[in-house]
Amino acid sequence: MDNTRETSFLKFFLQELKPKGKIITPFNVITVIIVIISAVILFFRFTKGLGSVMDASQTRPWGLWINFNVITGVAFAGGAYVVTFMVYILGLEKYRPIVRPTVLYGLLAYMFYAGALLLDLGRPWKVINPIIGNSFGLSSVLFLVAWHFILYMIAEVIEFVPTIAEWAKWKRLRKIFLSLNLAAVIFGIALSTLHQSGLGSLFLMAKAKIHPLWYSEFIPILFFVSSIFAGLSLVIVSESISQKVFKNIMSTLHVKSHKNIIISLGKICAIALFVYFSLTILVFIHGKNYSYLNTPWGYWYLVEIIGFVVTPCMVFLFGFRLNNIRLVRIAAIMSIIGIILNRMNISTIAYQWYENSLHFPSWMELIVSIAVILVQIMVFRWIARRMPVFNESPAWVKVKKGIKLVA
Amino acid sequence: MSLVRRDFLKTLGLIGASLTVGKSLGATTKKKNKTEFYGVLIDTTRCVGCRACEWSCAEANGLPEPTEDEGVKIRKTSVSRWTAVSEYGTEDNPIYVKKQCMQCMQPACASACLTKAMNKTDEGPIVWREDKCMGCRSCMISCPFDVPKFEYDSPNPKIQKCQMCFERLEEGGVPACVENCGGDALLFGKRKDLLEVARSRIYNNPDDYYHHVYGEHEVGGTGVLYLSSVPFEQLGFREDLGTTAYPEYNKNFLYSVPVVLILWPVFLLGLNNSTKENKKLNEKKTDNHG
Ligand code: SF4
Ligand code: SF4
Repeated sequence: MDNTRETSFLKFFLQELKPKGKIITPFNVITVIIVIISAVILFFRFTKGLGSVMDASQTRPWGLWINFNVITGVAFAGGAYVVTFMVYILGLEKYRPIVRPTVLYGLLAYMFYAGALLLDLGRPWKVINPIIGNSFGLSSVLFLVAWHFILYMIAEVIEFVPTIAEWAKWKRLRKIFLSLNLAAVIFGIALSTLHQSGLGSLFLMAKAKIHPLWYSEFIPILFFVSSIFAGLSLVIVSESISQKVFKNIMSTLHVKSHKNIIISLGKICAIALFVYFSLTILVFIHGKNYSYLNTPWGYWYLVEIIGFVVTPCMVFLFGFRLNNIRLVRIAAIMSIIGIILNRMNISTIAYQWYENSLHFPSWMELIVSIAVILVQIMVFRWIARRMPVFNESPAWVKVKKGIKLVA
Repeated sequence: MSLVRRDFLKTLGLIGASLTVGKSLGATTKKKNKTEFYGVLIDTTRCVGCRACEWSCAEANGLPEPTEDEGVKIRKTSVSRWTAVSEYGTEDNPIYVKKQCMQCMQPACASACLTKAMNKTDEGPIVWREDKCMGCRSCMISCPFDVPKFEYDSPNPKIQKCQMCFERLEEGGVPACVENCGGDALLFGKRKDLLEVARSRIYNNPDDYYHHVYGEHEVGGTGVLYLSSVPFEQLGFREDLGTTAYPEYNKNFLYSVPVVLILWPVFLLGLNNSTKENKKLNEKKTDNHG
C-alpha cells in the first residue's frame, strides 16, 4: 500500500471513529457509569488481590467471572459455529443473512470472555506460559480449552475479515480471506465441538464436590449439545433486538427474512432441546440418582429440567407450528435462563452442595461481569453501525460475478 | 496418565501448533513408573496432639509461626498453615489427626494444571512452581481433598500447600514434621514399605485399629497413608471418593480430542462437497425444465 492510500485510510478511520447515532441514551449512560465503577473495582483487584473484590473462598475457587462470563457466556457464543455449519456446510442459504451478525457476536464473545478469564487469573502475567511452550500441561483440560479458544478466535477472525475489508475497501485482502473461509469454518466447528464440551470437562475432576444430580461423566456431551440451543436462542433474541436497534441500516433482505429465520431457528432449538432432554434422562437413569429426587436439591433439579428444558422445548414447538414469532422469542428467553441455571448449578450452586450454604457473588464481581457484557455490546454496535454486518455489502462487491453470494 | 499425554501429543501435532515438547515429556513418563514413591504413614492412634509438626513445618517452609490459641479443634489447612492438627473423638478419648496434602500417586491437581506448575516429582511429593503458575485455580477445583490454598489477599498470589519438604528429601533428609514428631506418629519411607508397616500394625494389634489403611486405594492411592482406631469418616475423611485415580475421569474426553479433530473436518468437508453437488444437480434440473 502506498502512502496516500494509507493516509486516506487513516482519515477514513478517524472519520468512522466518531459516534454515529445519539450519544446520550440511557443505555450509554448506564454503560459508562458501570464501566467506570468496574475500573475502580479492577484497580483494587490488581493492587489488593482477588479476595478484595470477589467472594471466592478456598473451597469455591472460581467466582462469577469464570463461572458466568466464561463457562456460561461461551455456551451462548455457540451460535456462530451452528450457523456457519448450516450455511457453509449444509448450504442452507436461508440463514445467510444472520451469518455475519452471529460470527461477529461469537468473535466478540470469545475476546471479551477470554478477557474475563484474564481478570480472574491470579497471576495473569504468567498466562503466556502454556502458550509459548515452556510449560505444557498436556493432560490438562484447561490447557486444551485455552488453546482451542485461541485457535477458534483466529478462525473467527478469518471468517470476519471480509466484512472488515468491505468496509475499508481492501479488495485484495477480502479475496484472500474469502478463499480461506471454508477451511476456517470447518476448523472452527471442530474446535467449537471440543471446547464447548471441554468447558464441561473442567469439572470432571470435581466429582466429589458437585451434587450427583448435576455431575456425570457425560457432562462434556451435555455441554456440547446444550451449546447448540444456547447459541441459537441467543441468536433469536439478539436478532429480534437488532431488528429494532439497527432498523435503518438493515438490508431489506435481512428485514424480510427475519420472521422466517426466527421460526426455523425455533424448530432447530426444539429438536436440540429434545435431544438434550433425552440425554439428561439417560444420564439420570444411568446415574441411579432416584433417591435424590425427593430432596430440596431434587426439586431444584426438576425446576431446571422441567421448567427450563422441557417447557421451552414445547413452546418452541408451538411457536413453530403456529408460526408465532412471539412464542419462539419467549421460548428462547426461557432456554437462555435454563442454560444460565444449568451452568451456574454445576459451577456454583450445586458445587460443594454439602456445605448447605447459599453462595452469592459480591456486588463488585457482579458489576464487572455486567461491564464486560455491556462493553461487548457497545463494540458490537460500533462495528454493526459501520461495517456491512446487517446491511448489504457495498456495490463493488457485487460487480464481480461468482462471488455474489459470499457472506 | 502417560497414555493421555502421548495421545495428546499427537493431537497437538494435528492442530498444527509447532510445539516441541516431545523430548521432555517422553522422558518424564518413562522415569516415573519405575521409581517407588516416598510417602508418610500417619498413625492417628499414636498422635498426642502436640502440634510440633505444625511448628517445624512453619519453620522449614517459612510460614508464620502457629499460635497457641489456634488450638486443637477441627481445623483446615490454610495459606499459612500447610499442615494442621485437628481433634476428633470424644473428650475422654480424643483422636488427633494431622492433615496436609495427601501427595496422591496420580494427583488431580497436577493433571488439571495447564502449566505444569503443580508437578509430581520422581520422589513422590507434588511441588508447586511459582515461575509457572498462572493462578487459574484449576488445581483447587480438582483436588478431591481441597488441599491447594490460594492467596486471595495478595496482588502476587501464590498457591500454598504441603510439598512434603521436597528440598529436604533431595538432600537426603526427611520431612520436617516427621523429624520433629513428638509422639512417634509419623513415619517416612518408601510407600511400599509404609504399607507393610501399616498392615503389620493392624495385624499385630487387631483390636486397636480400624482395619483399613486410608490412602492405600483412595483416589488411586496416596503417598500419605493413615491408620486409625475408628472409621475414617469420624475423623473427617471422605470415604466416598472411590478408588479411581482422578486423572482417569478426564481420559475419555482427552482421548476423544484427536478423534474429533481428525474425523470432524473430514466429515464436514464431505458434507460440504455433497451439498455442493446436490446444488449443481438441482440447478441443472431447473435449467432443463426452463
Ligand atoms: S491431595 Fe490434592 S493437592 Fe495433594 S497431591 Fe492430591 S490432588 Fe494434589
Ligand atoms: S493455579 Fe497454578 S498450580 Fe493451580 S492449576 Fe492453575 S496454573 Fe496450575
